[in-house]
Amino acid sequence: MSYANWKAGKKRQAHFLWKDIKDHTTCYFFLAPYAVIFTLFFIAPVIVSICYSFTYFNVLQPPRFIGLTNYINLILADDIFLTAVKNTFLIAAITGPVGYIMAFIFAWLIHELPRSIRAIAVLVFYAPTISGQVYLIWSIIFSGDSYGYFNAYMVEFGIMDNPVLWLTDPRYMMIIVIVVQLWLSLGAGFLSFIAGLNTIPADQYEAGYVDGIRNRWQELWYITLPNMKSMLMFGAVMAISQSFNTADVSMNLCGFPSTDYAAHTVVTHLIDYGQQRFEMGYASAIATVLFAVMYLCNKFIQKALMRLGT
Amino acid sequence: MKKIKAGRQPNRSRAGDVGVAIVLMIFGAFFAFPLVYAINAAFKPLNELFIYPPKLFVRNPTTDNFSDLFLLLNKQGVITFTRYMFNSLFVTTVGTAGHILIASMAAYVLAKYRFPGSRTFFAAVTVALMFTGYVTQIPGYLIMAKLGWTNTYLSLIIPAFASPMGLFLMKQFMESSIPDVLIEAAKIDGAKETKIFWSIVMPLVKPAILTLMIFSIQALWNNAGTTYIYRDELKMLPFALQTVGAGGVARTGAASAATLFMMILPLTCFILAQSNIVETMASSGIKE
Repeated sequence: MSYANWKAGKKRQAHFLWKDIKDHTTCYFFLAPYAVIFTLFFIAPVIVSICYSFTYFNVLQPPRFIGLTNYINLILADDIFLTAVKNTFLIAAITGPVGYIMAFIFAWLIHELPRSIRAIAVLVFYAPTISGQVYLIWSIIFSGDSYGYFNAYMVEFGIMDNPVLWLTDPRYMMIIVIVVQLWLSLGAGFLSFIAGLNTIPADQYEAGYVDGIRNRWQELWYITLPNMKSMLMFGAVMAISQSFNTADVSMNLCGFPSTDYAAHTVVTHLIDYGQQRFEMGYASAIATVLFAVMYLCNKFIQKALMRLGT
Repeated sequence: MKKIKAGRQPNRSRAGDVGVAIVLMIFGAFFAFPLVYAINAAFKPLNELFIYPPKLFVRNPTTDNFSDLFLLLNKQGVITFTRYMFNSLFVTTVGTAGHILIASMAAYVLAKYRFPGSRTFFAAVTVALMFTGYVTQIPGYLIMAKLGWTNTYLSLIIPAFASPMGLFLMKQFMESSIPDVLIEAAKIDGAKETKIFWSIVMPLVKPAILTLMIFSIQALWNNAGTTYIYRDELKMLPFALQTVGAGGVARTGAASAATLFMMILPLTCFILAQSNIVETMASSGIKE
């Protein structure tokens, strides 16, 4: 009896679901082109690499299932991975939040400028991102010999006696990576904030002015921030994925591998295994762990942003 | 309703405005540095590129680096420079146009309707942004090979259509800047979904479209295309310029010209898009 009831209930549910789907045919039609391409080129590769993480896969031979061995080795037997995790957390903990807040503050301050010079101001701040590989000039600036700009000026002004090996001395490497990463952090999030600030209807500010908002700080808190919620969520996801995925800066400035692994990150570790040692299974396990951490971090931040302006 | 006039707003202090300008100028110098450096380096004669102590600004500007660059590019082999240029321009244009259309269509229904699977799908998109690209290359390649798309423009264009960042950006904007009542009203007036999308939704998210355009152009224009393409005549411009830079110290001048050359298109589009974003919003206002 109860089983029959349950079955009938299920059937009714299925019927409602089907009706719901049929009512939204147009929606599926709009979504379809994106969904097909996205599933094929983004979801499928991710699922396959998660599957690889449970195998031994050296790219040349077919993958062989080995259960959780990769994960166990990664956490219990890989000392360098721990260094990488420590560095990545430090980089992410600093460049993530600081870069994110900086992106918003600069976007907001630029929005305060007269309209005529805004586009140029945006260009100036977005320059590190738009100029692609130009961050490599930091390797010239911090170059260890006296040809490095920083060393040259410091010695010329008598602040330092001898050039410092900024990019190969483990004491300074992390600082340099963090500075350059921060400098690169005005990217996608920043531009979306700029665009977002431009979509806030002017009459809201006007109403705010009538309601007695006296200065720009009150306006920021009561009008701007609540209106920017969805862009702030976008920016947060971009900041998380950028800061946790730090690798290029470390590899190109401090070398690969860096001295004593002092600037080694989770992603450089992954590249080391995936592209140098051809241990794709192990590299996939690293990627999966990193992904899980970023996912949790994202959940947490989205919750925090929900409360904004309340 | 009357609009706030461009320029000074009533609730701004003069001291604050000056403060803002000073803060922006100091940090601006720090952020603009690569651009200033790249522009100067491209016009430096060889002796200035290696001067000690190094100087940021060029003193005797010359276009030798550019003529060197084009000489080298044309000497490189059977494939001419214009071919690489065409490849990159074609992929960037088609990829960007398709991406904007396809991502916006999907973003519209995800932002404004709740239907079975919609939330799960959107969650998958945001999550896909976080998975590192290095390990997905092999399965990605296998899929391309299965489709027979290796060595075609399709291998670069089609995946670019569905870049997760674009859908995420558009969905966030559509959610926050398009009032539901507007869509309801259009429906009562008998407008079809396609009509609503094209003539109501898209114009209202113009700043987002322009921003997305910048992201897409940047990604495609800087793509060397060597992951799925190994026939030389189908490779992209960055590939050709990288081979110049790989020629060693003697090519430092040509390489710095190449860096600047690669930046011309994204920079131009960026400035056009940004001034447009500021302009459009000055004139439109959504009234409920």
